[in-house]
Amino acid sequence: MGAEFVQFSLTPILIGIFSAIACALPGNFLILRRQALIGDAISHVVLPGIIVAFLITGVTAAIPMLLGAAGAAIVAVILIEAIKRLGNIEPGAAMGVVFTAMFALGVLILEQTDTSRVHLDVEHALMGNLESLIWFQAEGWHSLVDPVALAKLPDELIRIAVVCAFIAGLTLVFWRWLKIATFDEGFAQALGIPAAALGFGLVVTAAVAAVAAFDAVGSIIVIAMFVCPPAAARLMTNRLEHQIWWSVFLATLSAVLGYVLAGYGPLWFGGQNAVSAAGMIAAVSGVILGLACLYGPHRSREGVGRQDIA
Amino acid sequence: MQQFLEALFLQAGYNAALVAIGAALLGFAAGSSGTFLFLRKRALVSDAVAHATLPGIAIAFMVMVAFGGDGRNLAGLLAGSALTAWAGLLIIEWIPRRTRLAEDAAIGAVLGVSFGIGVVLLTVVQTMSAGRQAGLESFLLGSTAGMLFQDAVIISIGGSLAVFCTWLMRRPMTLVAFDSTYAAAMGYNVRRIDLLMMGLVLAVTVIGLKLVGLILIVAMLIIPAVTARFWTERAQHVIWIAGGIGAASGYLGAVLSASAPGLPTGPIIVLMAAGFFVFSLFFAPVRGVLSSVIRHRRFQVRVHRRQGLLALAAQHPIREPYTLRLLAQEGLVRPDGVPTDAGRAQAAKIARDERRWDIAREIHQDAGLTGRYDGLTPIEDVFTADEIAEFDLRLGSPVSVRGA
Repeated sequence: MGAEFVQFSLTPILIGIFSAIACALPGNFLILRRQALIGDAISHVVLPGIIVAFLITGVTAAIPMLLGAAGAAIVAVILIEAIKRLGNIEPGAAMGVVFTAMFALGVLILEQTDTSRVHLDVEHALMGNLESLIWFQAEGWHSLVDPVALAKLPDELIRIAVVCAFIAGLTLVFWRWLKIATFDEGFAQALGIPAAALGFGLVVTAAVAAVAAFDAVGSIIVIAMFVCPPAAARLMTNRLEHQIWWSVFLATLSAVLGYVLAGYGPLWFGGQNAVSAAGMIAAVSGVILGLACLYGPHRSREGVGRQDIA
Repeated sequence: MQQFLEALFLQAGYNAALVAIGAALLGFAAGSSGTFLFLRKRALVSDAVAHATLPGIAIAFMVMVAFGGDGRNLAGLLAGSALTAWAGLLIIEWIPRRTRLAEDAAIGAVLGVSFGIGVVLLTVVQTMSAGRQAGLESFLLGSTAGMLFQDAVIISIGGSLAVFCTWLMRRPMTLVAFDSTYAAAMGYNVRRIDLLMMGLVLAVTVIGLKLVGLILIVAMLIIPAVTARFWTERAQHVIWIAGGIGAASGYLGAVLSASAPGLPTGPIIVLMAAGFFVFSLFFAPVRGVLSSVIRHRRFQVRVHRRQGLLALAAQHPIREPYTLRLLAQEGLVRPDGVPTDAGRAQAAKIARDERRWDIAREIHQDAGLTGRYDGLTPIEDVFTADEIAEFDLRLGSPVSVRGA
């Protein structure tokens, strides 16, 4: 737990934790609103977004790509809504149509243009490369107070930390509104809360979280973070406040455990190489959700809709 | 263009023809077996199933290598992917039944987690000495160009079986899709039928993996069914139309991608299907956007015309410019709003029919008849000539409209 840890493991773990929390916070509300799969849709359309952003700007800088991804996410959300209304189609199918078509478009543009010379391949976008985000300048724990070394922290860490704080801030500011509108949209409207705008804002926030987490942990793994920690938290408690804290805790736990297992787990089993950390984080969150489904204190339905388990 | 036409008529070489036929078959199978998934409002289950195949592929590869075989044996890989996809399906079915989580959360959890596990296993495979050139990543996006005759045979046999099962089970699956409680009351085992429906989707996903990849096979399952729904109101027809759309987009997509470089087959097929979808969304009869706009405009015209004529009959001035323009176009009023003779006649008829309706409501307390009064349905459509004559008797003889 010395210099090597700070240099190679500290930043990936922190990035993993921030990504997980940034996705889990909006995930709580998405789960309760039965919109969990919007995270799935968003993480698929991130790919065309960054490719188009690259084509327009011609650089692989992070900011334009993040903007492109966020733009694509918003376009996707609007398209889904439009198809739902115009075609009178259920939300799941509308999502399926939009994100697969946009993903296909992304792959097509990728093949059409010579983006292969930049490191922008599909698998990278899907899987992420958490392990490579190391802190070269660090020489030990004292680097944490060394401004020269701190200036060389990976950009991804700063970005995801800012986004995570931003999302936590939004959750706090809109707490009452979110809570009311999530459980009783009609009541929220009667109180004068702009419920529709709030719903759209929630989805856009989720998109921002997905996009920021995407360049660190990969686009598909983001879905696991949107769904698993909040879903497990939902089975632990009946109070929304507690559920949020549980989801933050479980997200952090998945990130830390997942990273450690990916880095050191294979060594324990006599393997030579580490496995994908992002994938392992998703897997650990799945195990946590599985345990919650089996043993969570509030796992079964109560009141209306309850089905007795034979 | 030349190349496109050659490919279209299967003249562009053996491989291109093979891919086109294989893609068409796969499109048909995916379109028709995706239908009930869509009608059951579970379209995105296919996404979770597709992602849940990834761990199976990696596990199958490792097992086959461990037993000294060739890790790339397609049948083995597909068997492995079917196994984990089936496990994913059972979990999706189990979570909402056993816990209070909704189905979408179950789908998202299975999707994300199984993909994560798959990625972990892929990195393990890559570190194996046999795994370096395994090319298992090609299952993500598919590799149509490398299609072999053997693959085409797998697709055609598996696809035909899936279509046949869909056709065989169309009645119970329709029943479950539209009213599962009623189906349960009829004695059907809803859970088993659901599993069968999702199992068919699984089969198509597995056989389509090699061709279009696990992400785009989802599109082949969802888009044709959604598109077909625009063209018919009958579930039995949706199956075949969806199959047709799937086959057409598979065939045309493969042909197009063979005719020019840099056009990957999987995405082109999906975009083809998306093109069919957009066309149907706007131009389908009855359910399309264009037809509902036209319907709305027609309704608007009828309402404005009637309100205008009623105003003429009551000798109120018409202040709504649209109404005025409409009546002027028909020659019922002059541009300054004064009715012409034809306009007066029409107005008198509308006013008379209004009074006939009043009488009708007095005579027939039956809401089934008088409930059809919406101001737009002609009274002749609801009552017989005899009945109307009776209303007229009660109305008395015609009185002249004031001012006429």
